[in-house]
Amino acid sequence: MIPAPEHLIIAPILIPFFAGALMLIYDDRQRRAKLAISLVSALATLVCALELLSRAKAQGPGGAELGLYRLGDWLAPWGIVLVNDRLSALMLVLTGLLALPALVYAAAGWHRQGPHFHSLFQFLLMGLNGAFLTGDLFNLFVFFELLLAASYGLLLHGGGQLRVRAGLHYIAVNLTGSALFLIGVSLVYGASGTLNMAQLAGLVPDLPEGRRALFHAGAALMGLAFLIKAGIWPLSFWLPTAYMAGAAPVAAMFAIMTKVGLYVILRLSFLLFGAGAGASAGFGAPVLIAGGMATILFGVIGILAAQGLGRIAAHLVLVSSGTILTAAGFVLAGADSAILAAALFYLLNSTLATSALFLLIEPMSREEGGIAGLLALTADAYGLDEREEEAAPGAGLAIPGTLSVLGLSFGACALALAGLPPLAGFLGKLGLLQGLLAGARAPDALHWVFAALLLGAGLATLIGLVRVGVQSFWAVDAPPPRVLALEIAPVMALIGLLVLLSLKAAPALGYMQQTARALVPPPPVVAPATATEVAP
Amino acid sequence: MEIVLSAAIGILAASGVWLLLRPRTFQVIVGLCLLSYAVNLFIFAMGRLMVGVPPIMPRGGFIDPTAYADPLPQALVLTAIVIGFAATALFLVVLIAARGLTGNDHVDGKEPEA
Repeated sequence: MIPAPEHLIIAPILIPFFAGALMLIYDDRQRRAKLAISLVSALATLVCALELLSRAKAQGPGGAELGLYRLGDWLAPWGIVLVNDRLSALMLVLTGLLALPALVYAAAGWHRQGPHFHSLFQFLLMGLNGAFLTGDLFNLFVFFELLLAASYGLLLHGGGQLRVRAGLHYIAVNLTGSALFLIGVSLVYGASGTLNMAQLAGLVPDLPEGRRALFHAGAALMGLAFLIKAGIWPLSFWLPTAYMAGAAPVAAMFAIMTKVGLYVILRLSFLLFGAGAGASAGFGAPVLIAGGMATILFGVIGILAAQGLGRIAAHLVLVSSGTILTAAGFVLAGADSAILAAALFYLLNSTLATSALFLLIEPMSREEGGIAGLLALTADAYGLDEREEEAAPGAGLAIPGTLSVLGLSFGACALALAGLPPLAGFLGKLGLLQGLLAGARAPDALHWVFAALLLGAGLATLIGLVRVGVQSFWAVDAPPPRVLALEIAPVMALIGLLVLLSLKAAPALGYMQQTARALVPPPPVVAPATATEVAP
Repeated sequence: MEIVLSAAIGILAASGVWLLLRPRTFQVIVGLCLLSYAVNLFIFAMGRLMVGVPPIMPRGGFIDPTAYADPLPQALVLTAIVIGFAATALFLVVLIAARGLTGNDHVDGKEPEA
């Protein structure tokens, strides 16, 4: 069916690249054509991601036959490889699932607010997919820069003082993070002589003592760069403002940006510092645990203190990051891999729910005149030529019963994020608690603290969201805002995905367990003689 | 040579970090530039320091790798320079936009109250 199935791995990078480049040729007034190209490209990428997912599922449980793609057919240590395994495929599918609703939402008018929205969006997809697929550290840096450059443009989309100021901070923080990343990469290269992740994993156990310290320093600096992106406390102060300032579809897509940092942390920690890494095993686990917990606490305080829904949503992103980082830290320190499986399930659920929430913010707080007034204002500010082939902004099918539709969607997001039944958030949190408290090893004090933080975060989420919900749905006198069907359909789609995830929880959790088992290989079997020598 | 290079990297990085923490946007961007120079030199140094040695090996036959410089960091530093340059240019545009929108060059967009 597919002419060259082995080349499919690179398709999620190439499709958005060509789509984005193609759209640069067109004038910005050809918005309908651009939207069509953008949607087709996002759909094609999603289809490829699903195919890669089913291929990854067919792989052996130990990751025996990885989907490998050698660029230019150079052999592994010299050439650059792309790797498709369960975790990569999962993140690719998640990216695709977020991209389509965000694009449909943007079609309601947001994409008209500034130049080159669709091209930037496609380049962001390309960077994300590349970062999830690459098997080489420097290539990872390149894809990171790509997705960041696109995100700078997208964050500024729509203009205005708040966005420019938030963008200024965001760019400064990320440029500094990139400098740290480069120092880390070059230290790792200087200490080990390779940048291929798989080869590095093989080298780590046998590094000579003098170089091990250098290698650790390099890995720590790289980790710092990813933790900045993941929003760990105290490196997260840029995040709430940046996420709040972004236009709605951009913020919805940014829900996965912190997950890129988390993905790399998960991937590199377990690959380089897993149980088989000799003297380096478990490196960084205390930092992940402490930092993750502090992040959850900071997020909880932020949720309770926030005045607006935008700030609450941004702090929810932090809580989700902190939870996954802490879970990863525990597993790295030697806990059961079931915790990691639950954390991945939680990641899927919280990313979808946060994305839906970011899409809901703008329609919920819409003033008189709706999006049409807003857009007319920006069109004035930009002096945009309004001679477009489509109708005036804001025209289109409005939905009936606006308040109840918005309220129900908001309620579903709140349930999913707070981790209440019947939605999937509950299952993710339950899995985490079960892994923490009923694992093979007796839970120690830190496990209890994490469990308490998890439950506390759920409660705080509920309090924060219910407060906003009461304000915007029950305590209003003004006539309901005009909300387009194009704006509510993506939210419905994301919530539908959450419901689907809850209904199909068993296969999804099974997939996550396999993923976690492939990431965290069982400790190597040590011959009894050496084991007694090593044991104190 | 080692001491000169490490001193250069150290001074550049220290000045860069100091400027990065200053309140004016122009100071921040100069700080970022200095920091990226330091990083680029550092990447270069990670390929080990050698004087007058080519990074490109001749065709055919066995050659002694110690007589050649490591080409990989040179390729990496080239990529890093290009990407850093582009990102700095973009930052410069945002900086000018912020200056135009807020009317001052403080990183927070407004002067702190004295």
